[in-house]
Amino acid sequence: MTASSASDAASSRPPRVGLFVTCLVDTIRPSVGFAAVKLLEDAGCDVDVPRQTCCGQPAFNSGDRVTTRALAEKTIAAFESFDYVVAPSGSCAGMIKTHYPELFVGEPDWSGRVERFCAKVFELTSFLVDVLGVTRVEARYDGTVTYHDSCSGLRELQVKAQPRQLLASVEGLALTELADSDTCCGFGGTFCVKYPMVSDAIVGKKADNILASGADTLLAGDLGCLMNMAGKLQRQGRDVAVRHVAEVLAGMGDGPAIGAPAPAKKG
Amino acid sequence: MSVAITSPEFKQNATEALADPQLQAALAKAGPGFVGKRRDAIAKLPEFDALRDSVRDIKNHTLAHLDLYLERFEEKVREAGGQVHFAVDAAEAREIITGICQRLDARTVTKSKSMVSEEIGINDHLAAAGITPVETDLGEYIIQIRGESPSHIIAPAIHLNKDQVEADFRRVHTDLPADRDLVEPTALLAEARGELRQRFLAADVGLTGANVLVAETGAAVIVTNEGNADLTQTLPKAHIVLASIEKLVPTLEDAHQLLRVLARSASGQDMSVYTTFACGPRRALDPDGPGEFHVVLLDNGRSAMLGGTLKEMLRCIRCGACMNHCPVYQSVGGHAYGWVYPGPMGSVLTPAMIGIDKGANLPNASTFCGRCEEVCPVRIPLPKLLRHWRQQEFERHLTPAPQRYGLKLWAFLARNGWLYRPATRLAMRALSLFGRDKGRFASMPLAGGWTATRDFPAPEGDTFQAQWRARKAAGTTSRSPAP
Ligand code: SF4
Repeated sequence: MTASSASDAASSRPPRVGLFVTCLVDTIRPSVGFAAVKLLEDAGCDVDVPRQTCCGQPAFNSGDRVTTRALAEKTIAAFESFDYVVAPSGSCAGMIKTHYPELFVGEPDWSGRVERFCAKVFELTSFLVDVLGVTRVEARYDGTVTYHDSCSGLRELQVKAQPRQLLASVEGLALTELADSDTCCGFGGTFCVKYPMVSDAIVGKKADNILASGADTLLAGDLGCLMNMAGKLQRQGRDVAVRHVAEVLAGMGDGPAIGAPAPAKKG
Repeated sequence: MSVAITSPEFKQNATEALADPQLQAALAKAGPGFVGKRRDAIAKLPEFDALRDSVRDIKNHTLAHLDLYLERFEEKVREAGGQVHFAVDAAEAREIITGICQRLDARTVTKSKSMVSEEIGINDHLAAAGITPVETDLGEYIIQIRGESPSHIIAPAIHLNKDQVEADFRRVHTDLPADRDLVEPTALLAEARGELRQRFLAADVGLTGANVLVAETGAAVIVTNEGNADLTQTLPKAHIVLASIEKLVPTLEDAHQLLRVLARSASGQDMSVYTTFACGPRRALDPDGPGEFHVVLLDNGRSAMLGGTLKEMLRCIRCGACMNHCPVYQSVGGHAYGWVYPGPMGSVLTPAMIGIDKGANLPNASTFCGRCEEVCPVRIPLPKLLRHWRQQEFERHLTPAPQRYGLKLWAFLARNGWLYRPATRLAMRALSLFGRDKGRFASMPLAGGWTATRDFPAPEGDTFQAQWRARKAAGTTSRSPAP
């Protein structure tokens, strides 16, 4: 627990959590957002979703400081009133938590405010385990899953044990470790657009490892990496379901996997 | 040979590298070995992380007082009977070295592996002056006879396999019996040794790099696994050490700490096989040693880095761990980077030396996975420094136009949420309609690079934010499944 004000608040009312849904979940796979909401509510949080766009990472990694700064200010303003800010992504949470401070260096008006803000920002599974002390979830998933450690979550936020701990409590689920699970999948945000051939070579090795694990499902905590790995596996015609870890933890792992056809519309 | 700059053609280089089965096999064989050996070596040294912090601090301290330590070092070298030459740039360093060789009427110069000598392109320069440079590190020797440049800073011939080397030896060592057996790698090693032995004895000048320079004693420290540096520096009339200014540390104790992290990070060894402290020319009672001892200290843009963001790069001890752990380097190899220094460290250094206009591809060709920073023994924040270059590129309007306009449009939308939300909503609903049946796209406008080799998942439908607001307005709980 980092924010003492939040623990005070927690004693009188449920923690108020602002869900930073992330651009990709918002646009490509909203069900991950609903899974995150369910997990947070089950853990006793009062969740809301303020209007939002992007944390600014694409601009930051493209060297566009002006846009990054503008988006950071907007994000801070939108989420500042919450006790916690939680994202179903280590990449976006890492962007905010570890990189926002350097955008405001040498600005006394901002630095304290940014520091307080960043202290409240968490990736979903680490928030559940490290902050709320959740040790198990009520969910069932019948399958053998393997887990890819997305780079930013792993190296900027030390997300590694938390998703595994929660997955261990999912009924019917067997976790088999992925060789080189901590090696990049080759997504890299704008990298996969600028150097698609290199990106493809990297995800090709990842796909080999995923197949070698023998798992029928691949999980990770970042939709960008998941789309990349799913796209490669599907192009190769592999029968591996790819899902965000939150879907499985929330017991919502029965919908179509990433890149799988949507079921025919029910009446 | 001096290395022609092909960094602007990184994409082309990378594409060729990916299509080269020999290179791919060599990379697949070597990469995991380095990673595993480093991991094992570190597991046996509980204080490794504390040592890293200490070496980082030593380097930072030295860089903050570099003028002082350079002066001290020069004084000590002089006291030992040697001479220090300061070279502002590559041209000056080449002149100094060639000058010494010419004064001594040198015909051949033996060389022990030195990346700085690649940086200044000394071999071509010596050859043009009628002096034959002979690389004595096995890997360097191989690439010299192939007319190539190193593809890795500690394993220069890592891109080659044994059969290629055998073919080169048969092509070059024509005085040996054509039917000799070179099947075993040890046979190749023995043959190179035999060839080099004569060269060591004939050399007039020995040129080495340095892994560390010690201000306290004026010593140049060099580590090898083959012992070739020792023969290079003790047998000829003169020993020239060519090193860049950031190799300095204050004391012998500091040098020892540095060596403890260097070999473990580089090759997973506790220590390199040979660690030699060279300190001045041969003294009266010494059984051997060079008659002259010169240290050429190269700046070549480094002092300009001291004052800015890139300063941290000057801590680099050239261990190669960052490239051994880099998914991009491991896919395309070192030559794709298009100049002397490859991998993450090269992607930071190269733009500083050849200019960001020519080197812009390199800092962009990174996934920012952060593994380089994680393994760097001196904790250089490589992704941050790569991002620094991207910022320079962006601010100087060097970013390629399609990327720039794409980014601008996106930035405009993202900064104006009232436009962003309806726009993304519309786009996702349309894409979802098209892609629903299959669940993914096999080709997509503007994403051809991706969809050439990967499918792209179709969006589920309405955006999360739109669904959330609709549910809130309807008073339904957030838990109900998506409609
Ligand atoms: S940047 Fe770090 S990891 Fe890379 S070569 Fe230099 S010291 Fe080694």
